[in-house]
Amino acid sequence: MVESSREMPTSSDRNSAPEPATTGHSWDGIEEYNKPLPKWWLYVLYATIVWSIGYYVFYPSWPWANGYLRGVLGYNQRVELEQTMVAAREAQGALLASIDAAELPEIQADPDLRTFAVAGGKTAFADNCAPCHGPGGGGQVGYPSLADDDWIWGGSLEEIHQTLLYGVRFGHDESRISEMPAFGAMLERAEINAVAEYVLSLSGQDHDAAMVEEGSAVFADNCAACHGEKGDGIRELGAPSLADSIWLYGGDKNSIVRQVTQPRHGVMPAWIDRLDPVTIKMLTVYVHSLGGGE
Amino acid sequence: MSLWKHHEHVEKNSILLLILILITVSIGGIVEIVPLYTIESTIEEVEGVRPYSPLELAGRNIYIREGCYSCHSQQVRPFRDEVERYGHYSLAAESMYDHPFQWGSKRTGPDLARVGGKYSDEWHVAHMIEPQAVVPESIMPPYRFLIEKELRHDDIADHLRANRAVGVPYTDEMIENAVADLRAQANPELGIDGLLERYPNAHAANFDGNPRVVTEMDALVAYLQILGRMVDFSQYEVEDLIQ
Ligand code: HEC
Ligand code: HEC
Ligand code: HEC
Repeated sequence: MVESSREMPTSSDRNSAPEPATTGHSWDGIEEYNKPLPKWWLYVLYATIVWSIGYYVFYPSWPWANGYLRGVLGYNQRVELEQTMVAAREAQGALLASIDAAELPEIQADPDLRTFAVAGGKTAFADNCAPCHGPGGGGQVGYPSLADDDWIWGGSLEEIHQTLLYGVRFGHDESRISEMPAFGAMLERAEINAVAEYVLSLSGQDHDAAMVEEGSAVFADNCAACHGEKGDGIRELGAPSLADSIWLYGGDKNSIVRQVTQPRHGVMPAWIDRLDPVTIKMLTVYVHSLGGGE
Repeated sequence: MSLWKHHEHVEKNSILLLILILITVSIGGIVEIVPLYTIESTIEEVEGVRPYSPLELAGRNIYIREGCYSCHSQQVRPFRDEVERYGHYSLAAESMYDHPFQWGSKRTGPDLARVGGKYSDEWHVAHMIEPQAVVPESIMPPYRFLIEKELRHDDIADHLRANRAVGVPYTDEMIENAVADLRAQANPELGIDGLLERYPNAHAANFDGNPRVVTEMDALVAYLQILGRMVDFSQYEVEDLIQ
C-alpha cells in the first residue's frame, strides 16, 4: 500500500529525483524519510558544546549545594564593573581629580576644567534635572528657569552648589526651607483682591489703579517681610521677586490670588546622597554657565 | 550508537516517554532551583531592606495592576553606563520581599529601581496625571484616574498576611496597625511615629494634596518614592557585595 502512494502522479521533477532512503520505521503504513541534519550544522552544535566546557573551566557556571563553580579566571561581574569605573575615572583622571580638589571659583577660572565641567554637567543635567527644569534649564510652571538671572535662592557658584547638595523643602536636615502663609484664612477677600492688584502694578502690568493704595498697605503689613519692601524678593527667605515678569506660578491676577489664598511650595530634591561630589560640582558650573550665573 | 536504535521503543511507549521527559526536566530544575535554597550567599547581607509599608504595598499592587512593568524595568545592571545613569546596581537583597519581583525585561521608559527621592511628590503626581505636561516628549500614557479613585484598603491587613505566608517578616503588630499606618502615611497629621518605627525611612506626605481621601495616586507615589532607598550604599565596598 505504501507502493501505491509512491506511484501517485507528482511533479516531473520529483519523479526523476532518486528516492531518498527511509528510516525503516513504519506506522500504519506511513514511512519516515531519513534526512539527517546538514553536516555543517551538526559540527557547529558540537563546537558549541566544546566551547561550553571551556567556559565552565574559565568562568563562573554551575551552582552546587552551597556555592558555585567559580572558574579559574576568578571572574566576577561586580568586580569587573568596579575595574571599569576605576579605569574610566583614570582615563579622565587628571581632570576629574582636579575638579575634586579645586574650589568652585578655581574650576570656573581654568578654561580646561571649566569646559570639561560644563560638558559633564550637561550630561548629568539631562538625566537628572531636565524632567523638572526643562531641557537646557528653561524652566516651566512650578519649576524655575535656571537660564536667566532671576534667582530665588541665589545664582553664585556657592549658592547654586548649596541648593544642589541639599535641595529645597526636601526634608534633608540642611534643605533650604521657607513657607508662605495661606492668607485665605487671614485676609478678607477684598484685601486679597487689592494686594493682587498691587502686585500686578509692581511688575508693570495692567491693574486697577484705584486699589493700589489699599493693596500697598496690605502688602507692607503682610508681604514685605518676606518679599521685600519693593517686592523685589529676599533670597535668604526664598521669597521670589514679584517686581519682574518672571513667575514661578504665573503672573496673571488669578494665579496671584490663588498663590496668596492657598500657596504652592516648590520642592527640589537633594542630590548629596544620589550623585557623587564631582558630578555635583560639574552641575553647579554647568547651571552657572546657562546665562544667569553671578 | 546503540541508544539511537532504541528510540523507537521510547516513541511508541508513551508512559516510558513521559517518565524519561520528567527525569530530564527535573535534572534541569534541580540544578537551577535547589542551590537557591541552599546557597547562603545568593542574597547579599546588607542592612536596611524592610517589608513594604501598607501604603507602599498597596501602591505596588497598583503598579502591577496597571502593568507599569511592561515599559519599566526595576533592575540596574552592573554595567558602567547603567550605573552612571541610574545609580548603584541592584542587589538581590533589595527585592527579597518582592512577591513577585518587578525586575522586568523591557525599557520603553527608564529603569525605576532607584527612582525614589529623585523627584518631588508634586512632580510624580503631575507626571502621572499627564506625563507630557512635565516631559513634553514623553510617550508614557496618562494615569489621570488614579487621583480620582479612592484606594480600597479595608483588606490591607490581609495583603500583609498573604505576604507573611510566603516569607515576608510582617509582625503581628504590623498587621494590627496596617490600616492606621496606611492612612497616616498619606496624611502625616494623623501621627507617623508608629509608622516610622515599624517602617524606617518611609516617606509620609499628602502625596496628591488631598488629605481627606486616600487615593490610588497616594499609594502609587508612596511606592515610587521608596524604590531604591532602603539600602545605604555608602556603607558598602565592592568586596562586601561579591558572593
Ligand atoms: C522634582 C523636580 C526637580 C528636579 C528633579 C530638580 N529640581 Fe531644581 N528646583 C525644583 C524646584 C521646584 C525649585 C524651586 C524651589 C523653590 O520654589 O524655591 C528648584 C530650584 C533649583 C535651583 C535654585 C533656583 C533659584 O532660583 O535659586 C537650582 C540651582 C536648581 N533647582 C538646580 C537643579 C539641578 C542642577 C537639578 C539636577 C541635579 C535639579 N535642580 C533637579 C525642582 C527640581
Ligand atoms: C513667610 C514669608 C512670605 C510671606 C509673608 C509672603 N510670601 Fe509670597 N512667597 C513666599 C515664598 C517662599 C514664595 C515662593 C514659593 C515657592 O518657591 O514655591 C512665595 C511666592 C509668592 C508668589 C508667587 C511668585 C511667582 O513667581 O509665581 C506670589 C505672587 C506671592 N508670594 C505673593 C505674596 C503676597 C501678595 C504676600 C502677602 C499677602 C506674600 N506673598 C507673603 C514667602 C512669603
Ligand atoms: C508605554 C510605556 C509606559 C508605560 C505603560 C508606563 N510608562 Fe512610565 N515612562 C515611560 C517613558 C517613555 C518615560 C520617560 C519619559 C517621561 O519621563 O515621561 C517614563 C517615565 C516614567 C517615570 C520617570 C522616570 C525617571 O527617572 O525619569 C516614572 C516614575 C514612571 N514612568 C512611572 C510609571 C508608572 C508608575 C507606570 C504605571 C502606572 C508607568 N510609568 C507606565 C513609558 C511608560
